[in-house]
Amino acid sequence: MQIELLIQKCQNLIGQAVDFVHDFIRQSRSVHIDDLERKWINITLSVIGLMIVIIVLDALIHNIRPPSKVETIDSARLHLSKEFAESNLGVQLDGNGDVIVRMVAGRYSFFPKHIAVPAETKLTLRWVSMDVLHGVHIPMTNMSTMIIPGYVAEITTSFPKPGEYPVLCNEYCGLGHNHMWSNISVIAKEDWKAPVQNFAKKEPDNG
Amino acid sequence: MVSPADRKLTIFHLWVAFAAFIVASFLGEYQVLERSGFIPALDSPTVYFASVSTHGVLMGFVLTTFFIMGFGYYTATTSLNTPIWNPKLAWYGFWISLTGTVMAAVPLLTGKASVLYTFYLPMQAHVAFYIGATLLVVGSWLWCAVMLVMFRQWKQANPKQPVPLAMFATTANALLWVWTSVGVALEVLFQAIPLALGWIDTVDAGLARTLFAWTLHPIVYFWLIPAYIAFYVFVPKQAGGYLFSDEIARAAFIVLAVFGLPIGFHHLYMDPAQTSSWKLLHGVGTLIVSLPTLVTGFTVIASLEIAGRLRGGTGLFGWIGSLPWTNPMVLSVILSLLMLILGGFGGVINASYAMNAMIHNTAWVPGHFHLIFAGTTVIMYFAIAYYLWPMLVKKPLFSNSLALVQLWTWFIGMGILTTPWHVLGLLGQPRRLSSMVYNTLLTLAWKPYELAMIFGGLIMLCSACLFIYNLVKTQLSPAPESFIQEIEYAEPIRPVAALPEYLNDFTLWNRVIAVLMAISFGIPILQFFFMDTYGSPGWGY
Repeated sequence: MQIELLIQKCQNLIGQAVDFVHDFIRQSRSVHIDDLERKWINITLSVIGLMIVIIVLDALIHNIRPPSKVETIDSARLHLSKEFAESNLGVQLDGNGDVIVRMVAGRYSFFPKHIAVPAETKLTLRWVSMDVLHGVHIPMTNMSTMIIPGYVAEITTSFPKPGEYPVLCNEYCGLGHNHMWSNISVIAKEDWKAPVQNFAKKEPDNG
Repeated sequence: MVSPADRKLTIFHLWVAFAAFIVASFLGEYQVLERSGFIPALDSPTVYFASVSTHGVLMGFVLTTFFIMGFGYYTATTSLNTPIWNPKLAWYGFWISLTGTVMAAVPLLTGKASVLYTFYLPMQAHVAFYIGATLLVVGSWLWCAVMLVMFRQWKQANPKQPVPLAMFATTANALLWVWTSVGVALEVLFQAIPLALGWIDTVDAGLARTLFAWTLHPIVYFWLIPAYIAFYVFVPKQAGGYLFSDEIARAAFIVLAVFGLPIGFHHLYMDPAQTSSWKLLHGVGTLIVSLPTLVTGFTVIASLEIAGRLRGGTGLFGWIGSLPWTNPMVLSVILSLLMLILGGFGGVINASYAMNAMIHNTAWVPGHFHLIFAGTTVIMYFAIAYYLWPMLVKKPLFSNSLALVQLWTWFIGMGILTTPWHVLGLLGQPRRLSSMVYNTLLTLAWKPYELAMIFGGLIMLCSACLFIYNLVKTQLSPAPESFIQEIEYAEPIRPVAALPEYLNDFTLWNRVIAVLMAISFGIPILQFFFMDTYGSPGWGY
């Protein structure tokens, strides 16, 4: 029977794998490792293990992760998309009262040139490029992401301290790269007012 | 005894490497001057970005590849005690790589390829740049072929014998490089060249970055392995002692080659085109690959301690003072390890998944890789050159004390250059800027650090000139070719008795790499073909 043959084959394979592991371990035992070296390797592995545990737990429990929402968009037709049409850019409240910021990066600025957001408030920032690679970093904050044409870079963060911050392009995007920057005002939560124009009734699709 | 023909092969490779190095050193100093803004007449983004692109390509691709090839040929012929296999093929490799270098240099220097050495599709350079870079890599594949064949032939002729450590590590590097270069080769052959020639209209920038990330991490191990080879096979002997452990050295090279490959996504932590779980997987691998480096640090320091005590050093630290600090190889390894410790700390921060957001693409990053590459790695290239040069040209080194001055100044210059560079990154300065035109108070805090960097760079430039001067004077010296000393490989303190086959061969590890690469890059690459993506047209700069 076909099936018996298959089972036989699997058993052989597993047998070979077990033999291989046995052999590997037997050979490894024969390698001379100095006691000091063994101690050092163990210490090293423990430290590395500890760092891995911290990073993985932070990621899984506190959701401390880099921006990684894989979402595509046609960068050549942003102006025709509903979401990133010029009139829809900047700071908005969505239906649930969450603050959403939509920004377009293009050589050589971020649009809109200036935005105001509330401090100590969860912000969802959505960045797209209309041409080449860009990156955006607001110094002294963790608001950092690459902006790749063809993809929406979404990052969720909040700014604890009110103040004026520069928004800097940190990826080489052409000979005018130095000039690519704009401003963001972080305003005390109680003083901030949601912009009234272009109030999005519902989440527009990406068209 | 190395034949004159094989010596010539090595000398030619090393001279191309060092010619690229000295040109790029001048560009480096120009760049710190230009970006500081202290000399307004220098201000020109066009020249600056052409210079940065050329500096990166010359240092990262030309210096390294030619040095590794030349050093590899010499290591192979001396450690195996056989002539180079198929020297004709080796020379073809040399000329193909050199042609590629020249072909890429023309658009770079004329400002037609200011896309930096990381390419940055959909930004588009002159097609000659991509073809030149490809030829450089193709030439290096012939080197890989020669190394792999020599390794195999020696094993067949000497069954059950441990392959000499120097050759084992060189073969690990050749295998690593074949795997490493596939990523960028795919990017250039299927995206950059067709786009530049107009055969395709758009490219997927997310896919391009993923393929480049495949290459971008292991390539640094390709550069680093010659330094580690010197750590293990030259340093103990030059210090007057023995290698602490031959077996662990082999294990370290294997782990470097195997785990150096599937971890490139730590360059993509901030990218929106890959999901966080793949980034986390690569992040874990990145931390694991610090193991061979930490083990190397231990073995090298232990070997130095053996040497120091054999030379009469006593007490907890007394052996450090009794090391031969006037031997360029020994001085280099001490300075190299100091820079490795500092740079390694920075590297762990970069690798730490979410913490990366604070330093991503800031000045911290070039600060880090200059310390690790131009510091830790290139200082060992110097040491190897000082050690091999008299054997290659058969004349004694022009000046040992000049070599010591050169190594110290390189180290001091590197400290003055990279410490402020790291600080600037923490103060929010982006990398890759030709001038700081931001109208914000933040930039005022940057000025003193930029000033310091100019002096650091200047010291390093002088040091680079001293290095070339010493080599030229040695080679052109009227002394007769009477230098007879041969290369000496360090002996392990305990001879290798029972060496498992997997520590003496790469067949198993090649398969492990294939599996790990399929796991860590398979789905992340395939995803681009299964989701609705939108390509980008090419853009000039």
